Amino acid sequence: MKVHIDAITAYTPGLDDWTSLKAIVNGEAAFVPGEDERYQPEMLPRNERRRATSLIRLAFRLAEGIRADSSIDLTQAASVFASSGGDYDVIDAICTALTTEEKFVSPTLFHNSVHNSAAGYWGIASGSHQCSTSISAFDDSFVMGLIEATTYCTVEAQPTLLVAYDIAVPEPLLEKRNISIPFGIALLLQPVASDHTIATLELEFAPEVETDTVVVTPSLQPLVVKNPIARALPLLEAIARKQDRIVNYAGESAIRVEIAH
Amino acid sequence: MEIEKQMQTDIIDFTLTTSLGQGKSANLAKLQSGESGLSPCAFEGATSLQTWTGEVHAVNDVTMPDHLKAFDCRNNRLALLGLEQDSFMDRVAAAAREFGPHRVGVIMGTSTSGIQQTELAYQTSLDPETHGIASLPDWYRYRETHNVHSISHFVRSALGLEGYTLTISTACSSSAKVFASAARALASGACDAVVVGGVDSLCLTTLFGFNSLQLTSPEVCRPCDVDRAGISIGEAAGFALLTRQSDNAIATLAGYGESADAHHMSSPHPEGKGAYLAMRSALQRAQLAPSDISYLNLHGTGTKSNDYAECTAISNLFGKTVPCSSTKGFTGHTLGACGIVESSVCLFALQHQFLPLNLNLQNLDPDIDANIVVKSDASSIEYAMTNSFGFGGNNSSLIFRLAA
Repeated sequence: MKVHIDAITAYTPGLDDWTSLKAIVNGEAAFVPGEDERYQPEMLPRNERRRATSLIRLAFRLAEGIRADSSIDLTQAASVFASSGGDYDVIDAICTALTTEEKFVSPTLFHNSVHNSAAGYWGIASGSHQCSTSISAFDDSFVMGLIEATTYCTVEAQPTLLVAYDIAVPEPLLEKRNISIPFGIALLLQPVASDHTIATLELEFAPEVETDTVVVTPSLQPLVVKNPIARALPLLEAIARKQDRIVNYAGESAIRVEIAH
Repeated sequence: MEIEKQMQTDIIDFTLTTSLGQGKSANLAKLQSGESGLSPCAFEGATSLQTWTGEVHAVNDVTMPDHLKAFDCRNNRLALLGLEQDSFMDRVAAAAREFGPHRVGVIMGTSTSGIQQTELAYQTSLDPETHGIASLPDWYRYRETHNVHSISHFVRSALGLEGYTLTISTACSSSAKVFASAARALASGACDAVVVGGVDSLCLTTLFGFNSLQLTSPEVCRPCDVDRAGISIGEAAGFALLTRQSDNAIATLAGYGESADAHHMSSPHPEGKGAYLAMRSALQRAQLAPSDISYLNLHGTGTKSNDYAECTAISNLFGKTVPCSSTKGFTGHTLGACGIVESSVCLFALQHQFLPLNLNLQNLDPDIDANIVVKSDASSIEYAMTNSFGFGGNNSSLIFRLAA
């Protein structure tokens, strides 16, 4: 399956966006872990913006980044939101509330607990009526998100936004689900190439692939074990370096991704 | 209508387990006799709530086999109970032999998965003096129980499959969207067969959550009734085996449509705009006119807003002719499983040529301008449609027909 990347971005505290990633990958700067700055989603109405959770802020930072760079109107794009576990903060708050006698789960907390909360807010903010899905494949969530978005883009011949993200897990859940930093990426995929195409991806299922292609940038290597979405890094590196190469991903749906510029 | 054979998605078999019973026969019998599976909520920890539920009591007697013990939780026990009905596992095993276990995918839908395990873990770990939790118990396994993907991981493990595995969690449209995702996976050549379905089980999160949103009815739910007062939460497990065009198929997925409301997280677009778009898209993909649909299974949750918005959209698209019913008065709103449960109802309607009843209706809401099925009659049904709409305004519409 072949798709064309129209816009791309990434984020983790210390790595603000695509420009920042390119500088790090091309040796102009080393990655230094930073503090997560509370992102203010521009597209959310003021009340929703004020009450947005860390998860929503992360997803919007990525999606709004794509919107800024995209050559198309995103209301015409379908979307795939991929997260291994969604809003861990909300889940912690709900399970804590359920230990009290009243067991009061606030309405907002409850509707923010759905795995597709980010997708829902994105639809409201963007006004897009296009198909939107929200998936998880646990530690394979980036890979399956890429596959799902690529499949949608090629089978339905429609631009497709992929947003893949996981927030840091709070205690006491952290010891049972070790994600210590937030990390996210977003890609806008097009079924046909254009002057705005950054890179072309050709995806092939490759059951013989046994390990992921390694991350080459030394300062980025530690991220891979801190957040499952950081498995996107080898792909991002190749695109940031404008390398024509193959990146492999292992797992139940092992793939070979051929990148061309 | 000729669907290009390599793009055609066929249904080889299906099974469901709900508060109506385990397996197809039990569910079909009650659908035809008009007997509900709902009763006043007796779920442990939630008996203070005035609400009705569709509980699957048999889950309490399920023992997880040793090789699947890591996955043990109510949701996965319900999944296992569901898988064991109607020789469904044999059907999947045959597909795995035919195509290879790495060529049979699993795409499941769920909203809350095994969150009940986390609820229990927090309750048992709470320090009564500090009201804090120092650490969670050794028995608690987040990945294999609570995480949304655990349902697909569990189903893959229970069925011995080794391929494409994905979980869709878009609230109440989850196990309808799995059909569309599987159709695309088959069309792209990623899989030769896909096990799709949905499982959701009773838990305090949804019982108390929907209650605080004032969306649960204090009495049994009454979809489309002028006095309807909300949902009755149910639990269910349902599965279907899909392939590309097959001579062994019982039915074909004639079309699917997916849209977003872009309106509100927990209220539908008041005129059903997203619902309209999803239904229209499904008809377009199936190359059908609205008049070709002989039965429409409503999402029909029993809330004031959903039933009105949905039927407004239907009226705008179909006029008043298509016979519609919500079957949530039978099973309750099974959340992430309602897509597969209500697809199964459509398959029953096609196989047995009857219109499922809109149960618990006493007085039709005069603002609902639709042809609601008040008597479950025999009927010639060629194409059946089912709607599933989730929080976040996530909409899905599927169309089925019998295999040619």
